[in-house]
Amino acid sequence: MKISRRATLALGGGAALAALLPLPGFADANDDAIAAFTGGAEMADTGLTLITPEIAENGNTVPVEVDAPGAVSVMILATGNPNPGVCTFNFGPLAGSQHAVTRMRLARTQDVVAVAKMADGSFAKASATVKVTIGGCGG
Amino acid sequence: MAENVTPRVRVPSSAAAGEVITIKTLISHVMESGQRKDGDGNTIPRSIINTFSCDFNGQNVFSVNIEPAVSANPYFEFDAVVPEAGEFVFTWNDDDGSVYTDTKAIEIA
Amino acid sequence: MNISNLTKGLAIGAALAVLMPLAASADENAELVIDGVTLVTRTAAPDHMNIDEIISGWVYRNDETQMMQMDDFENAGMLAVDAAATDWATVEGEAGESCQSCHGDPSSMEGVRAVMPRYNEAAGDLWSLEEYINDCRTERMGAEALGWNSADMINMTALISLQSRGMPVNVAIDGPAAPYWEQGREMYYTRYGQLELACANCHEDNFGNYIRADHLSQGQTNGFPAYRLKTTSLNSIHNRFRGCIRDTRGETFAIGSPEFTALELYVASRGNGLSVEGPSVRN
Repeated sequence: MKISRRATLALGGGAALAALLPLPGFADANDDAIAAFTGGAEMADTGLTLITPEIAENGNTVPVEVDAPGAVSVMILATGNPNPGVCTFNFGPLAGSQHAVTRMRLARTQDVVAVAKMADGSFAKASATVKVTIGGCGG
Repeated sequence: MAENVTPRVRVPSSAAAGEVITIKTLISHVMESGQRKDGDGNTIPRSIINTFSCDFNGQNVFSVNIEPAVSANPYFEFDAVVPEAGEFVFTWNDDDGSVYTDTKAIEIA
Repeated sequence: MNISNLTKGLAIGAALAVLMPLAASADENAELVIDGVTLVTRTAAPDHMNIDEIISGWVYRNDETQMMQMDDFENAGMLAVDAAATDWATVEGEAGESCQSCHGDPSSMEGVRAVMPRYNEAAGDLWSLEEYINDCRTERMGAEALGWNSADMINMTALISLQSRGMPVNVAIDGPAAPYWEQGREMYYTRYGQLELACANCHEDNFGNYIRADHLSQGQTNGFPAYRLKTTSLNSIHNRFRGCIRDTRGETFAIGSPEFTALELYVASRGNGLSVEGPSVRN
């Protein structure tokens, strides 16, 4: 994809400007976590598949799956939890794929966000809403 | 050392050279998140497994930086490429300093 | 792009979403197959019941939960089985024996879970699996009894339940068991607590429906001990009974009490014919 020099400067300038802007009254933990991971870089919305159930059977054990061919690591955030960090998968030289599965705790209905860092230095993002219910006698 | 921490690992016993296999791991651990309070209202301190890694014949396959939002009895599933016969080494690091390990040998079919 | 049609489509979609049932991801026709063995999760109800078909709790869970139980590795309840297998072979108590010393491999327990709770002639009483285990420990091993709800006990019931997995639940309700069964049946239909709910109100009259966000099952015990996603640990039958009665805002019977053992017999008999699934995975 050809990016004109002007566009590149504009992109770079935009990032620099954002870095200079004063922080809001209290920092958003999700944005912080993403910024720490990406360094503020743009994230594509393709290249990373995030699979979660639409409705969690129980918020304490929610299966989550990611797949990002070409990724070096994938970070998962539970944006509605008291602390957003869930885990970061790191794929080494003998990884057979960039696919991984785990189980997480979700405090309530929220967006789960995954960010992949690719081998070429680019980033991708995917998100999914998971409904978490509390109810009935099962508790 | 956290109590009753038992790892469980599923690795095929053999693979063709260069084949990609799926590995599943489970370890019994309470993963105390640091969010819960006890009967007296005091916060129960965080005590979790904070990293997991899988290496094969000295090379890294996969690793995870783990936060308290990972469920108790943490489960991880991932793929490894098997270039030659050898041994997978699985390592879990606990907040309290304990290290749990398991190993699985694999042959080339 | 025709904006007005899109808006109309979105509006109809939103309306439908409101009317549709809550969890469309539970497949009530799925089959439970573990290690190539198909377990019976739906079958004709025993004669003594008011309903025609009995259904395992597995059927009411969503796809991901059902799949967890179908793989012995992904089923975290199996961690308990591993732990109990170690205990089984461990010598404990003054007699210097382990379970292994007398019983050999855990596989010798095949069929045991399927007939529990069972009347014990020598004791002249109805006993749950936990009581049989503790009797062996105190009388033959010279070891201390395990707490009914302790991890060691629940793990052991998981190991023993696994040996009957795939076999039909088959508790005796006649002969010396009959009075306990009658007692259990009466309890099942008695309303308890501030909320005045009987087991039957939810589990016989409303299985398949939702109580708030919970998908009600028939309250079968063929899957116990159950690995609950909520607690990430195994749950015993009496513990579940206690939880249910507590949720009616009532004074509950004690875990291990004769009342709960009688109820356990009656509830187990409502599942006669379903396969033992223990340890199962539930919400």
